[in-house]
Amino acid sequence: MKKYARIGLYLLVLAAAIALPLLLNMSRKGKYQIQIFTLAMVWAIATLSLNLILGYTGQASLAHGAFMGIGAYSFAIMVERIGINFWLALPLTCLVTAFIGLLIGLPSLRTKGPYFAILTLCFNVIVVVVFFNWTWLSGGTAGQKLTIPSYLSQRWVRYYVVLFFLILVLLIERQIVKSLSGSSLIAVRSNEALAEAVGIRSFREKLIAFTASCFLVGLAGALFAMESGNLNYNVTNYLYSFYILIYLLIGGVATLAGPVVGAVGLYWLLDRIEALGEFRYLIFGLILIVFIIYLPRGVVGGIKQLWEWAKGRWTRKEVPSDTPAYRGPDEEVRGIGSD
Amino acid sequence: MTLLRIEGLTKRFGGLVAINKLDFDIPANSITAIIGPNGAGKTTLFNVIGGAMRPDEGRIVLDGKDITGWRAHNVAREGISRTFQTTALFEELPTWVNLVIGYRMRTRSGVLDGVFRTPRSVRERKETSQRVLEILAFTGLADYADKPAGSIPQEAQKRLAIGVALIGRPKLVLLDEPTGGVGLGETDEIITLIEKIRDSGVTVCVIEHKMRMIMHLADHIVVLNFGVKIADGNPQEVCENPGVIEAYLGEYIA
Repeated sequence: MKKYARIGLYLLVLAAAIALPLLLNMSRKGKYQIQIFTLAMVWAIATLSLNLILGYTGQASLAHGAFMGIGAYSFAIMVERIGINFWLALPLTCLVTAFIGLLIGLPSLRTKGPYFAILTLCFNVIVVVVFFNWTWLSGGTAGQKLTIPSYLSQRWVRYYVVLFFLILVLLIERQIVKSLSGSSLIAVRSNEALAEAVGIRSFREKLIAFTASCFLVGLAGALFAMESGNLNYNVTNYLYSFYILIYLLIGGVATLAGPVVGAVGLYWLLDRIEALGEFRYLIFGLILIVFIIYLPRGVVGGIKQLWEWAKGRWTRKEVPSDTPAYRGPDEEVRGIGSD
Repeated sequence: MTLLRIEGLTKRFGGLVAINKLDFDIPANSITAIIGPNGAGKTTLFNVIGGAMRPDEGRIVLDGKDITGWRAHNVAREGISRTFQTTALFEELPTWVNLVIGYRMRTRSGVLDGVFRTPRSVRERKETSQRVLEILAFTGLADYADKPAGSIPQEAQKRLAIGVALIGRPKLVLLDEPTGGVGLGETDEIITLIEKIRDSGVTVCVIEHKMRMIMHLADHIVVLNFGVKIADGNPQEVCENPGVIEAYLGEYIA
């Protein structure tokens, strides 16, 4: 019964996502909104990729902005300068980004916790500097142009392309975290010393998760390039790493729906209040503080908690006395591993 | 027959010698107890055998294979698994998922197997859930299967930690105070479990403080004091050893 309700909800959201451009296409303002939602979904893919390494494997990467930029540039350069077919360049971009991720992961994943976050942030800053100075690579002030196939020139077509990839990434991530290998990743996040003691090669697992995560964020970068049409060095900005992190924290860490809810919701909201200019980031910060304090598991985690609470009320099932309701803030953030 | 041989094992922390030229054997299919006062080096010994720390000198030989200085995950794969003094579990994950993770070292499917649901991953999932059911029954935890491991009673958590160590079919399990933090009245189930483990053909090595319990449970006792072995033998011999009585057991025996 509950399973059918869940599938029903997914189908409803899917139907809404499919119908959205049809509705928005009716007005001129709406046409612009299609692009907003397309970009929001690109960020959702990037957030899902961060979720794999941060949410499930517990390693806070702050280099995802850089990898997204690397993906975007690899894609544009492959299509524009080398002349590789658009659809062939997409998987190649993912492979290139994953490979660079592997190279970066090899040294940086030997560190733990905050040190890993600092190292990846450093890498991101380096990438920004490199793209800023190597104008032969980044195209300098003129930027790197990307011409897309003519059938992609309509906004709504690109919307559906990105929607397709978002669903694909969601399915891939679901398969990973629900598989046996997913349980190894979650084990590393949950208790690394114990994971090692039961034979899990934690460094290897982290490296796999990081590489897979970079593979997916490379896809987000390529789709970002497709949607923007022109890239400059700023796509590698480390601020994007933090945006992705914030989307993830607010949507819900270690959930599948959370990254999508967080990225689409916040990106859309930021566009709504664009008139406020730089001040909107104040609102951004305020939302973040409220969430960290009151909803540490994000929107999706909060809804889940509410659902459990409501279920308990309706069925009046007694909570067994040996179940402590609250096990400190740390437990709350970590959440239940899968789903 | 000897399963694990310790030869001249030494571990120093700066100037402190935690374990000093230790020699002893763990016979197969038996329960060996390591006892000694606080600070005798018992847990350090487990950390060194289990690969969490590297020894400074000496050799550790499992079933004829030198595993000295191996890393923890490789030691586990070779057949030595352990529990920790302060119960270590994947606390926020359900009991059965804890066991699934414990069995991961015996399954080989990777991320791509998971994404594409390859025949190997399907087969290994089946194999894993079968083994999980076996261990749930063996440790008597079936009722707690769906509960987060951190939320079940302390004594059940101890049994789960043992289950996580057992599920990967080790040759030897190292139990660090399996009844620590559990009320005296609740230790029976754990003692029965330890005996069941030995009877199922897995060698057990246990660190314990509860002397009366050890004298009944162990087939073989090694007594440590300040990192040095002061006695080694069956419970009767150890009890009668004057060195042990003087250094450690006097107050209990008298």
